[in-house]
Amino acid sequence: MSVLFVMVPVALTLAALAVTGFIWASRDGQFDDVETPAHRMLFDDDPSGSAEPRR
Amino acid sequence: MTTTLTSTNASVACDHCGLPVPESLFEEQAESQFCCGGCRVAYDTIRDCGLDAYYTHRDRFAEDRQSSRGEGKRYAAYDSEAFQQKHTEPAGDGLRAIDFRLEGVHCAACVWLVERLGRVAPGVIDSRLTLGTGRARVVWDAEQTPLSEIAASLDRLGYKPHPARDADTQQRRNQADRKRLILMAIAGALAGNNMLIAVALYAGFFEGIESAYAQLFRWMSMAIGLLSLCWPGMTFFRGAWAAVRTRTANLDLPIALALGAGGIAGIVNVLLDRGEIYFDSLSTLVFLLLVGRLIQAKQQRWVEEAVGSMLAITPDACRVVRDGIVAEESVDALQPGDVVEVRPGELLPVDGQIIRGESAIDQSLLTGESLPTPAGPGKAVFAGTLNVASTIRARVDQVGAQTRVGKLTRLVEEGIASKPPIVQFADRVGGWFVAVVLTLALANFVWWSLTVGSAAAVDATVALLIVACPCALGLATPLTMAVAIGYGSKRGMLIKSAAVLEKIAGVNPDEPGRLLLDKTGTLTTGDLRVEAWSGDDRLKRWVAAIETESRHPIACALIQALGPADPRDCDQIDSRTEHHGFGVTGRTPIGELLVGSVRYAERNACRTPQDIARTIALGRDRGYSVVVAALDKQVLAVAWLRDELHAETSDRLEQLRRRGWRCEILSGDEPGAVRRTASLLGMAEQHAYGGVSPEEKLACVNEHVRRSDRSVVMMVGDGVNDAAALAAADIGVAVHGGAEASLAAADVYLAGDGVTELTALVALARQTMRVVRRNLAISLAYNIVAVCLAAAGLITPLVAAVLMPISSASVLGSAIAFGKGEE
Repeated sequence: MSVLFVMVPVALTLAALAVTGFIWASRDGQFDDVETPAHRMLFDDDPSGSAEPRR
Repeated sequence: MTTTLTSTNASVACDHCGLPVPESLFEEQAESQFCCGGCRVAYDTIRDCGLDAYYTHRDRFAEDRQSSRGEGKRYAAYDSEAFQQKHTEPAGDGLRAIDFRLEGVHCAACVWLVERLGRVAPGVIDSRLTLGTGRARVVWDAEQTPLSEIAASLDRLGYKPHPARDADTQQRRNQADRKRLILMAIAGALAGNNMLIAVALYAGFFEGIESAYAQLFRWMSMAIGLLSLCWPGMTFFRGAWAAVRTRTANLDLPIALALGAGGIAGIVNVLLDRGEIYFDSLSTLVFLLLVGRLIQAKQQRWVEEAVGSMLAITPDACRVVRDGIVAEESVDALQPGDVVEVRPGELLPVDGQIIRGESAIDQSLLTGESLPTPAGPGKAVFAGTLNVASTIRARVDQVGAQTRVGKLTRLVEEGIASKPPIVQFADRVGGWFVAVVLTLALANFVWWSLTVGSAAAVDATVALLIVACPCALGLATPLTMAVAIGYGSKRGMLIKSAAVLEKIAGVNPDEPGRLLLDKTGTLTTGDLRVEAWSGDDRLKRWVAAIETESRHPIACALIQALGPADPRDCDQIDSRTEHHGFGVTGRTPIGELLVGSVRYAERNACRTPQDIARTIALGRDRGYSVVVAALDKQVLAVAWLRDELHAETSDRLEQLRRRGWRCEILSGDEPGAVRRTASLLGMAEQHAYGGVSPEEKLACVNEHVRRSDRSVVMMVGDGVNDAAALAAADIGVAVHGGAEASLAAADVYLAGDGVTELTALVALARQTMRVVRRNLAISLAYNIVAVCLAAAGLITPLVAAVLMPISSASVLGSAIAFGKGEE
């Protein structure tokens, strides 16, 4: 069980990394609007070679 | 050109928006039907650019239907240097970016469509729409496409664009939000990890744990706990310090007490390797409280956005006359001395003097007068007023902040800044909560020292300080307020700060409040209606015919009462002349007809028979607007018109009176009309003030607010002329149709007509305070149990960790059960 002396700090470091990532994403403005991306996710990609305007 | 509909189906749906197509626009031979020109343009634009998938998306996502908001404007003013300078910013590589507010955004399909703007307007590099606020950020290549074309494309698609004027405030608010979110996330991560470590320690408590590992976990717990207190938790210490410094109470005091006591005791116990540590509870406490504050802040932010997007948009563009050529330019570029042209139906962009044209100006937004005043060359006109009748040209005197509107806005801002912060009920509770807990802790310490010993006394007292938890207390009010605001917004009441609910709820018959009401637009609809017609009935159809072309509110009221005129009658009228704001004359088959104000008739040498004169005098006495019709210089008919009251106004005011509100009317409208409204509503005449200027309204409110025996002052209004008074009152309420300045100055915005929502607001306030008190009672009950257990020495970290979530959950449940309380 003495591995705990290594594992606990490692686990905490991982957590710190995750929080750092969160802080970076938040400062970048990624969490400013959480409603619209949920909708955007459902849109289909436009087919490559965009459609000709219909006449 | 009405077409009779021979098909049997009740209504045809517009091919673009899905709303029913009015009969007059139905074309039998056409392939597609539209409810309006805007929808037709949008449909064509969408199909031409190959964006048909919009309709599939719309059918999947849209919950309600809205028609196109496009106006077909050309937006030439957006290309001007001044506009670009003010509203756009460079985005690298020769690209520019602008934030728009779009009208008509209502579903995810709109997001899809707007983000494919590049297909409609080449040169758009990126466009991103935020659904909740209707804000779109467009990045475009300034070399390739002018901004006016991009704005026009958005307009064609059905989303009328406006520049988002508050980009700086938006930035600041976004940054504040991000900071809050980050702190909460850090607190959450720390709390979660600390709880995991605590699990190990609890297991050790029951099953036994080797001292080496116990040490490891205790030290880790302390490290995480201290980090939690010093980083996210610093907010509470700062707040508590501020309260101590200013000798007021707030809720941060008991929280800081618990955190501080637990932290210090925990450090001591880890260093000395004795006793219990409570860092897991402390970290969780910090996290939960920050969650509560985040929810509250988000609610408030949402309300501010909602109010902001409703602003009656002041004109960005205007028509400037230079060297005889009329060009569209941005309002920001105007200088005193320029000449602007204002068409009927448009708002005046500046303060100025008319140099050409005769028209009638609707000043109700600024002064509260409900009838348009006649205006000709030489007359001063003001920004924000509406040009009703015909095109005028005016020389610019003042622009921007120097206009009368601008000055009023400054008064509003000063009023808001000087308003003292409301000490809330919850903050006062925090104050004596600390006092009680400290007393109990002291008593507990003394008792334990005397009976058992000082070491055990310290443990028991620390346990007491931690579990006498302000957790529920700290959550009770923010959560309730957040739920109350959400509840209110669903019913059309946007409340900017929950503290006003507390103020409103404090009014009852024993502690009366003062309710100051504006008249035009608030108590009345602002539309005129014919109350009575006396005189020759022959004239009715000709009066209707002669008034058909006029846009004056009196004309509209007459036509509504006398029925739409037969087009053949209109054709038979010769040499029709309108004197804007006064009346209209014309030759009819039965004689020379004059319809207008009494003064107009006198000026045109019309004789008035005795009985008619009596009717006129009677009408004036009673506060009606009087209009006469004269045939061949002889006045033969009189019409009484008044500004119609909103339905149920009388009932609502009676309900409010019963709740303890004393009502008064403060109006810029003519005193006679105001007196009449007061008597209709059962108010004493001395409580109805007419002809009050905006500055006088502000003075009146200030007088009430600064009295020593003051009661709570609530002001209800809608125009710019109310804005300064709204800001100065304890509670400012802006009603539907309000001007930008009044929306910004008010604490509450009611989306319903008139005062119908006011009773609902008062009811909501009482219910909110009831729930707040209920929540505080629950948290208090929990605290009593906890203190008893602590005094008995039964509180271990495990018990503390279990009690705290229970109290928080019960408060949360009670807050969510908001709507279940009875009236």
